[in-house]
Amino acid sequence: MAVTGFVLVSFIIVHLLGNSSVFVGADGINAYAEHLHALGPVVWIFRLVMLAVFALHIIFGIQLTLENRAARPIDYNQKKNIRTSFGAETMIYTGLVILAFVVYHLLHFTMHVTNPEISVGVLPADALGRADVFTMVVLSFQKFFVSLVYAGAMVAVLLHLSHGVQSLFQTLGCLGANTLPVMEKIGRAAAIVIFVGFISIPVSILLGLIKV
Amino acid sequence: MNLTLYVWRQNGPEDKGKLEQYEAKNVSPDSSFLEMLDEVNQELIEHGVEPIEFDNDCREGICGTCGCVVNGIPHGPQEKTTACQLHMRQFKDGDSLTLEPWRAKAFPVIKDLAVDRTALDKIIQAGGYTSAYTGEVGEANQTLISKPDADYAMDAAECIGCGACVAACPNGSAMLFTSAKVAQLAVLPQGQIEAAERVKNMTEAMLNAGFGNCTNHYECQAACPKGVSVKFIAKLNREYIKALPK
Repeated sequence: MAVTGFVLVSFIIVHLLGNSSVFVGADGINAYAEHLHALGPVVWIFRLVMLAVFALHIIFGIQLTLENRAARPIDYNQKKNIRTSFGAETMIYTGLVILAFVVYHLLHFTMHVTNPEISVGVLPADALGRADVFTMVVLSFQKFFVSLVYAGAMVAVLLHLSHGVQSLFQTLGCLGANTLPVMEKIGRAAAIVIFVGFISIPVSILLGLIKV
Repeated sequence: MNLTLYVWRQNGPEDKGKLEQYEAKNVSPDSSFLEMLDEVNQELIEHGVEPIEFDNDCREGICGTCGCVVNGIPHGPQEKTTACQLHMRQFKDGDSLTLEPWRAKAFPVIKDLAVDRTALDKIIQAGGYTSAYTGEVGEANQTLISKPDADYAMDAAECIGCGACVAACPNGSAMLFTSAKVAQLAVLPQGQIEAAERVKNMTEAMLNAGFGNCTNHYECQAACPKGVSVKFIAKLNREYIKALPK
């Protein structure tokens, strides 16, 4: 869980940095997308590795949940948790929400299935002849419902990471009595930064701060 | 003070069990939690009712025998306190207390609040020892151990093996217990020889006993009557990673 989680968190950070190029405008994100696609087979190797890591993370997560539930076949009539967090208790649910979201996200922006009318294949290329990712993103997020789905999914990411980040470092044995509380704060802060970073894009588009 | 108790009654491992209501009358705030149960049992016996079975031994908070879940918290609401050292002054007149046994697949209920914790012994048997030659009395001082290491080992050795960590863990995991035992020996020179074997065998024994896996809720540390830190879980994980290539 920890190793795959670390890779996935690293991916999310890189993904956020890449996405933030949308704030530069069409020149930013279209150039970024073109650079990525110019990598050719490396893109596919990267995608396959990410798919494998993601799949392992999900399989381990489900297995872990089932084993842990089996470890307490008869539940308490009354149980008071003192230390844990809402994020920690809902990992499997936020995880499954993220899974559903990633499927939708890929269908939307990568495979152009959900909104084919606003996809790079249909939209005209930009002035420099590049695929116009910028227009696709802006027109998509101008649809309130699409933005709502993305924002909802980011709440799941926020909760998942609020526990996941510190948890992965504890599992990898990196923490001690003094560093654990610090890492808990860093983990929550990182989750908030990632959450705010991602939702700032649809929010900026809905507010008209970014437009075509 | 008068209290209403809802106590888990279960005749044996196969029995379904249920909560029964009892009244604890005229309880002295100075009595311990177990003394309160003694008095309730006395009254039950006088009325021809089977007394409530609960584990207890030293009643000094050092043996790790006692413990039940009081209102959802193992050993009750007072931090770093075993059930036997919990005093009734922690409660108010008229309070309702729900008493349940440790609930885990690895801890089958023997009767009422008493559970079978053989699973913890199995973990100890798998590696909670050293095979080093201990020598004569004088030789005990020949292997020097630094003060920080000695303190670290002593902090881990505070674990009394009561099982509250398992009871508190949302996953029914025995990671805190196992990690305290692994960490205690891992920092001492006598524990080095079998370090890799120990962490592997004890972890395996833990999994085989039907305990859950640690997902870092840290409920164990919060419930531990000795305040054993989850830093030992990180230590166990380090020891486990170190042992992987061996």
